[in-house]
Amino acid sequence: MTEEIIIAGFGGQGVLSMGKILAYSGMMQNKEVSWMPSYGPEMRGGTANVTVIISDERISSPILNQFDTAIILNQQSMDKFENSVKKGGVLIYDPNGITRHPERKDINIYTVEAADESAKIGLAKVFNMIVLGAFLKLKPLIEPEYMRKGLEKSLPPRHHNTIPENERAIETGKKIIKARYLMN
Amino acid sequence: MKDVRLMKGNEAIAEGAIRAGCDGYFGYPITPQSEVLEYLMANKTKERTGMIVLQAESEVASIHMVYGGAAAGKRVMTSSSSPGISLMQEGISFMAGTELPCLLLNVVRGGPGLGTIQPSQADYFQAVKGGGHGDYKMIVLAPASVQEMYDFAKLGFDLAFKHRIQVMVLSDGAIGQMMEKVELDDERPRWTDEEIVKMHTWAATGKTKNRERNIITSLDLNPVKQEIINRKLQAKFRKIEETEVRFETIQCEDAEYLFVAYGSSARVCQKAVQLGRAKGIKVGLLRPITLFPFPYKEVKRLAKQVKGIQCIEMSAGQMIEDVRLGVEGIVGVEHYGRLGGIIPAPDEVLNVLEQNFIKAKIYERTH
Amino acid sequence: MSAPTREDICQLENEVYSRTTLLTPAPLSYCPGCGHGTAHRLIMEVVEEMNLQADTIGVAPVGCSVLAYDFMDIDMQQAAHGRAPAVATGIKRLYPNKFVFTYQGDGDLAAIGTGETIHACNRGENITIFFVNNGIYGMTGGQMAPTTLPNMKTSTSPFGRDVETMGYPLKITELIANLPGTYFVSRQSVHTAANVRKAKKAIEKAIQYQKLKKGLCFVEIVSNCNSGWKMTPLDSNKWMEENMFPFYPLGDIKVPK
Repeated sequence: MTEEIIIAGFGGQGVLSMGKILAYSGMMQNKEVSWMPSYGPEMRGGTANVTVIISDERISSPILNQFDTAIILNQQSMDKFENSVKKGGVLIYDPNGITRHPERKDINIYTVEAADESAKIGLAKVFNMIVLGAFLKLKPLIEPEYMRKGLEKSLPPRHHNTIPENERAIETGKKIIKARYLMN
Repeated sequence: MKDVRLMKGNEAIAEGAIRAGCDGYFGYPITPQSEVLEYLMANKTKERTGMIVLQAESEVASIHMVYGGAAAGKRVMTSSSSPGISLMQEGISFMAGTELPCLLLNVVRGGPGLGTIQPSQADYFQAVKGGGHGDYKMIVLAPASVQEMYDFAKLGFDLAFKHRIQVMVLSDGAIGQMMEKVELDDERPRWTDEEIVKMHTWAATGKTKNRERNIITSLDLNPVKQEIINRKLQAKFRKIEETEVRFETIQCEDAEYLFVAYGSSARVCQKAVQLGRAKGIKVGLLRPITLFPFPYKEVKRLAKQVKGIQCIEMSAGQMIEDVRLGVEGIVGVEHYGRLGGIIPAPDEVLNVLEQNFIKAKIYERTH
Repeated sequence: MSAPTREDICQLENEVYSRTTLLTPAPLSYCPGCGHGTAHRLIMEVVEEMNLQADTIGVAPVGCSVLAYDFMDIDMQQAAHGRAPAVATGIKRLYPNKFVFTYQGDGDLAAIGTGETIHACNRGENITIFFVNNGIYGMTGGQMAPTTLPNMKTSTSPFGRDVETMGYPLKITELIANLPGTYFVSRQSVHTAANVRKAKKAIEKAIQYQKLKKGLCFVEIVSNCNSGWKMTPLDSNKWMEENMFPFYPLGDIKVPK
């Protein structure tokens, strides 16, 4: 099993930390993982993206241009990465702020209204965990116990009290993901 | 239980240095390697192992602090990225001339000039062919993973003291910034001052009655003596060429085509090998781990086996010159590189290999 | 009574001065009349008197005193031009109990190495800097230094230093005395017996304070360069008194409170 994922959105949406939690959780489940961020001025308010690979084998290239799954959180990233999803792959996006929806017919497309949902429950901070939950619903690569370990490892101890709400957000994401277009 | 962590490459080499018994780090922030100094500072190394960490006023000062510490027999290091490494060439040359061991890290970014902060491999010539003045070589290690960033701290120090030479870890922004799983080993204690006096009889640690004074200098105004010093240096480099070559081969046993690439590019090529094999192309990868000494013999051995060699670099073609020296004209060698901080994609490099050697058939074997 | 013979005079009870054992037998490479030799001797005398040879690491500069390690019988390291304070920082940080000093000229310390000088001073590195200022580049043949006086002729200011185009002489010692990291800053000379005695006192203090880990100590020695100034040694000393000292006045500049 190898899952190659791109997560892309605005800096500040928790794109990099979502990838980090996913990678950490994979590592705790004894998988091979890599986390390759875009770095530099982009991180300061512009677009940010991270490539995460989770695999049972030694990972070859941490840098890719074709992905099994693209998780897209803003329009710029949609424009940039819609065509980077492998044929038959998955695109998950939050429609909030999206003006041009994905049009490909050779991939499976899902939406997760994480921005609306996190606003509704008043926890903007767990936005990215709702998105992560949506991904895990489709690709249950990581067992919940290892997700918890991943959260423990990647969050600083002073934030460990937020782990339960992060876990609830993941569960919420699993519930609210919707199919927008499915291949035959 | 093994200590396994998810770390950035820059953090891994910092942790590796602490655990390798490093005595001192002197450095100056520059993207994309500032995490090295940040990690060391956050880890309170003085309390943990006694390791000294100092943010210097410049890369020039950093390298000369390293020069001072190395002259006194300590395990010392610095790290920087391309423009900063250019500034350090003066001190590196002085350390070459005085045969002082040290560990240097270059997390390469695109150039020339201020260039870009994105990953690049355009400093190969500077590292491998001698970036400073004078006839000298450093051992150059090219990590291709975060684990190797960690491992090469200890390996680098050990090689540096074994041969009294500067060891440069030639990394790049991708390896420095990405996170992977790292298996950590136990902390190795720092040498005591007494051990240093006993082991490194050349070190300037204070003249005691029972020995001659130790002078650390690269100056000798007598050209006859200076030539002798240089010949001794060259003999050392030849010995290193014979004994310290390191490389990795991936699916080369039956390979008909070969990628040669190091560092990040090698990781990209590793994927390209998988993609190629899936298409039925018998392609392999030779990954030089030491760039000096370069694995010329292995290149030549594989050159006799394959129909074409595709070099992949994040540069306009620097390592390819060493590959061609190794190939000795036996088989066609082509370069493909992305510049200015762009990392090539796996399908992109496979496509290039196919175009150059399979579709175009410009390199039919004639012997 | 016949005149005493050489053997009669060379008796231990008649000894008024002996050469420090920490100067090697190598003949000094400095020009006759130059102050460097005296400065070397004073530092080595104090190191010997304080019994510090085994704990001393010296850093030599680029310039006339590049070969200081040929004359001082201690462990020494030769630094790149201007980088001696950084080199000394590296040593001292790793050996906080050793006595670490640099010996630098004006080009080394106040031109190419200004950055290293100021930052080592500003960090309060616990090292001692000996700075020999003769207002000219001696080794390379008499070019203008950062400390060359206005209108002073050198091979690169053949019509005199024109401050409009060549800038002003840099009073680096006053400058670094203003930094909180420096503890003791003094300016001396070694051209008369009385000045030699004062200079030695300053050197003693600078070394003592380092042992007490007080911070950076800095002793400037204003010296002549009879070759570079193209004068006899005596004339150069007179010229130094009349021209250098008014601009670079002798005495302690910063003393512990």
